[in-house]
Amino acid sequence: MTYDAGHYDVIVVGSGHAGVEAGLAAARMGAKTLMLTLNLDMIAFMPCNPSLGGPAKGIVVREIDALGGVMGKVIDQAHIQMRMLNTRKGPAVQALRAQADKPVYVQKMKHIIEKEENITLRQAMVNELIVEDGICKGVITETKAAYYAKAVIITTGTFMRGKVLMGDLEYESGPNNQRVSVKLSENLEELGFQLTRFKTGTPPRVNGRTIDYSKTEIQPGDEKPRGFSYETTDYITDQMPCWLTHTNQQTHQIINDNLTLSAMYSGAKRGTGPRYCPSIEDKIVRFHDKPRHQVFLEPEGRHTEEYYVQGLSTSLPESLQHDIVRSVEGLENAEIMRPGYAIEYDALVPTQLWPTLETKKISGLYTAGQINGTSGYEEAAAQGIMAGINATRKIFGKEPVILDRSQAYIGVLIDDLVTKGTREPYRLLTSRAEYRLLLRHDNADLRLTELGYQLGLISEERYQKFLNKKQLVKEEKERLYKMIVKPTDSVQEMLKSVNGSLLKDAVRAYDLLKRPEVTYELLETVIEKRNLPDEVKEQVEIQIKYEGYIKKTYEQVERMKKMEGKLIPENIDYDKISGIATEAKEKLKQVRPLSVGQASRISGVNPSDISILLVYIEQGKIAKLAH
Amino acid sequence: MIETDTIAAISTPIGEGAISIVRLSGKEALTIANRIFKGKNLHEVDSHTIHYGKVIEPKSDVVIDEVMVSVMRAPKTFTREDVVEINTHGGIVAVNRVLEIVLENGARLAEPGEFTKRAFLNGRIDLSQAEAVMDLIRAKTDKAMGVALRQMDGRLSQLIQSFRQELLETIAHVEVNIDYPEYDDVEEMTHALMREKTNKVSEQIEQLLQVAKQGKILREGLSTAIIGRPNVGKSSLMNTLVQENKAIVTDIPGTTRDIIEEYVNVRGVPLRLVDTAGIRETEDIVEKIGVERSHQVLKQSDLVLLVLNYHEPLTDDDRHLFKAVEGLEYIVIVNKTDLEQYLDLNEVKELAKGHPVITTSLIKEEGIDALEEAIRDLFFRGDIESDDMTYVSNARHIQLLKQAKKALEDAKASLDMGMPLDIVQIDITRTWELLGEIIGDTASEALIDQLFSQFCLGK
Repeated sequence: MTYDAGHYDVIVVGSGHAGVEAGLAAARMGAKTLMLTLNLDMIAFMPCNPSLGGPAKGIVVREIDALGGVMGKVIDQAHIQMRMLNTRKGPAVQALRAQADKPVYVQKMKHIIEKEENITLRQAMVNELIVEDGICKGVITETKAAYYAKAVIITTGTFMRGKVLMGDLEYESGPNNQRVSVKLSENLEELGFQLTRFKTGTPPRVNGRTIDYSKTEIQPGDEKPRGFSYETTDYITDQMPCWLTHTNQQTHQIINDNLTLSAMYSGAKRGTGPRYCPSIEDKIVRFHDKPRHQVFLEPEGRHTEEYYVQGLSTSLPESLQHDIVRSVEGLENAEIMRPGYAIEYDALVPTQLWPTLETKKISGLYTAGQINGTSGYEEAAAQGIMAGINATRKIFGKEPVILDRSQAYIGVLIDDLVTKGTREPYRLLTSRAEYRLLLRHDNADLRLTELGYQLGLISEERYQKFLNKKQLVKEEKERLYKMIVKPTDSVQEMLKSVNGSLLKDAVRAYDLLKRPEVTYELLETVIEKRNLPDEVKEQVEIQIKYEGYIKKTYEQVERMKKMEGKLIPENIDYDKISGIATEAKEKLKQVRPLSVGQASRISGVNPSDISILLVYIEQGKIAKLAH
Repeated sequence: MIETDTIAAISTPIGEGAISIVRLSGKEALTIANRIFKGKNLHEVDSHTIHYGKVIEPKSDVVIDEVMVSVMRAPKTFTREDVVEINTHGGIVAVNRVLEIVLENGARLAEPGEFTKRAFLNGRIDLSQAEAVMDLIRAKTDKAMGVALRQMDGRLSQLIQSFRQELLETIAHVEVNIDYPEYDDVEEMTHALMREKTNKVSEQIEQLLQVAKQGKILREGLSTAIIGRPNVGKSSLMNTLVQENKAIVTDIPGTTRDIIEEYVNVRGVPLRLVDTAGIRETEDIVEKIGVERSHQVLKQSDLVLLVLNYHEPLTDDDRHLFKAVEGLEYIVIVNKTDLEQYLDLNEVKELAKGHPVITTSLIKEEGIDALEEAIRDLFFRGDIESDDMTYVSNARHIQLLKQAKKALEDAKASLDMGMPLDIVQIDITRTWELLGEIIGDTASEALIDQLFSQFCLGK
């Protein structure tokens, strides 16, 4: 018998990166929120690499911050190193990456959740959902507590039927020897959800005291302090470096000789692993002509000697892991503290979700994070905040919030998941975003702060600051447009200094800034100076310099929006449309796209199928075909 | 668009050949054919078989024609529907009567290209193939037929795919530099390398566009104007060309929307003698509509045949004509060599600025071979016979190729400006997408797959 353990607006199951964002968004939007987690000491734990951000992912962290999420703020206070990547490339692909101080990150995040007035945080194992008439009403824990709510968000990560694999050793476990969640997985299957089996892996950790750093290459952080959050003002300046070394022929020999001992190569049928995160076994088999592979040694925190050995993710037996690690230069005497392993887990086939992350099958039930087939802390957090926002909007009777592909990487991520599904753990890459020139690190605030404010997740103070920045950018652009720069000696000198072609006639300062070699900083040396904040200068320069390209991208967006605007009724019966290929029909029935644009992105739906759909819409037949 | 009714049309060029074919497609194709067919019960015959019998008018039982009927059941047919083809005697009368009876008995007259449209909608053929079939339908000469067939074989697709692969590898290279900035085993893409790749594909597209011009000629015919002062022999030239060369298509008004001028096939070059009626009636378009306007008409021509009189000295009107054809492809025909020479041929050659000058006596049928060779040489320059050439003969494809080329030029401009490669890549990606539209492939997963098969990545 269960007991009534309380009534809430929103219940979040899990407190990883998705769970904390979901819970905080819901609570801050006014929902009475219950957060249940298997282990209170593992809130927002990083079970794999000790880093956040990087290309695409770093921009996601900024987007989460612009929407009022916490990931950016916490990492700004809990890192040992920060680097801006791709600085020699265009503004669209520059991204920040932080090496996290793992224990500090967990501690700070836990404290934030604890302090949040609208959140009740409790350690519990959820075994099943309470579902009545296709509506999710709450959850039941293993201790027979029945919690009731108007919406439930499941963010269970890799814990569902998790299984750790290392050589021929197999045991049921979540990451890092955590308890595994079995009953919930079974319950979801009973409720009719389609689950799939994914796997991922992690490398061994070694004791830093046993590394010979002299044989490795130092990888320091940036000198210029930076942060992810637009609210961060105090920057950590005391940084720790990472270290680079390489595998060699000896390493490869050990692995080649023992491939059959790898859990992943033993021949047993296993879950699908991600291509972008291959084990060292994978790398050596697939790219056997490479003489060496990079290995990065990354500290896991300031108050620990544990080092993450990036590049040596493996599921080989522990005995061999010692040999492999010690074959690497600088690690000859290294002591493994935790061995690497592969982990298999249940994930929900994400095409079963609406773009709000609500399940199609059960109203009021949302899923977010690794359970939806993604991988990565940032991807999880992004889904978490969107699920939290949409669950709360729904129970308050408000319109859902769906970010489109031109608005945010978050939009790309969720659209990919619910439209295309995924055959491997999904990771965001800049190449997944067709409008990435719009989805920049520098303009995440311009894209999303307004929305965050309207949702009630951005403070009035921050919003005013944001409006002020926008205004300054606008004014400065106008000023530079009106300003004429004459070919004076100082201007020509300035141009000479950067190998630019000299001016023949007077030009607008605006047009001068369009030249790739002329930065705002440089331009400032020859025009009347205004002491603008750096972020304003940066914005002005990017907006002007890349104006033509940005405009071109917007034209593409317009084309997309046309197709996006052609809506498909939710209850269309694809079986009644002859002419659509059978495979396409099955896919359309599964995904149930909301627009022709979304339909056109489904793999297996061909342009001919789309033409037929379009013809039906244009002829108004679609209305007749609806039930 | 997704009709289930049965359509019918005459599927052979009218007036040509010993037989003509009425084709039916749709659910009722067999039932309708059976209704008007005296012979075996078509419902009972095997698929893909042909049967002798007679077409009758069912109400009166009057025999219309002796025919052979092919029965092809779905789905292994061109449209993936049931298809019946009725082979009638040649000529216009029999086939039209059979079509009429088919239509009276439940079929609907197909719209132009509707069979192809059904094939496309039923998933039988992809977009680029469908368009090739559309062109096939319109093919005016044997050569044009050959081009359309080659395209259906997917040769254009293959070529486009090879361009795309080239671009995709370049894109993947840039992407990997972006997404994995620290991986030293991936060579850094440079401006020079990018420029090299861009130029290569750009040149190949340019080549395709060059032959596209020839492809268009093959398909639509060379719009040809005959000009000259009154009485120089324009009508004779027209008649000679028509008589010497079989008129290829005489479309029946109402079955297609094409406005038919005179089509002639000169050594494989289809000529569309434009506005010939005008020339016949008015003798001289320059005279009738004025130099200014005639210039505009001429501008739309692919070829101008400028006729002069051997028997008269050059006049100011003649010199005007030379001005009017400046910048166009033209051939000068000096006619009436059977009469005494008053024309200064050297002056004519000077005015012609290297364009061919042919002397003829149309009355004596002299010089016609030389004219026809000049026409052929002008447009094929000898190399078009090669079967290995891939022609782009479809307006949509040409448009997309031009856009693709433009995008590549934008990319080159960005490279010259020294823009970062990820910015340059925007236009490269656009090119890749535009080329994808030609072959109906816009799947974006290709890039991700390329990324992971080309490079060794991961933590």
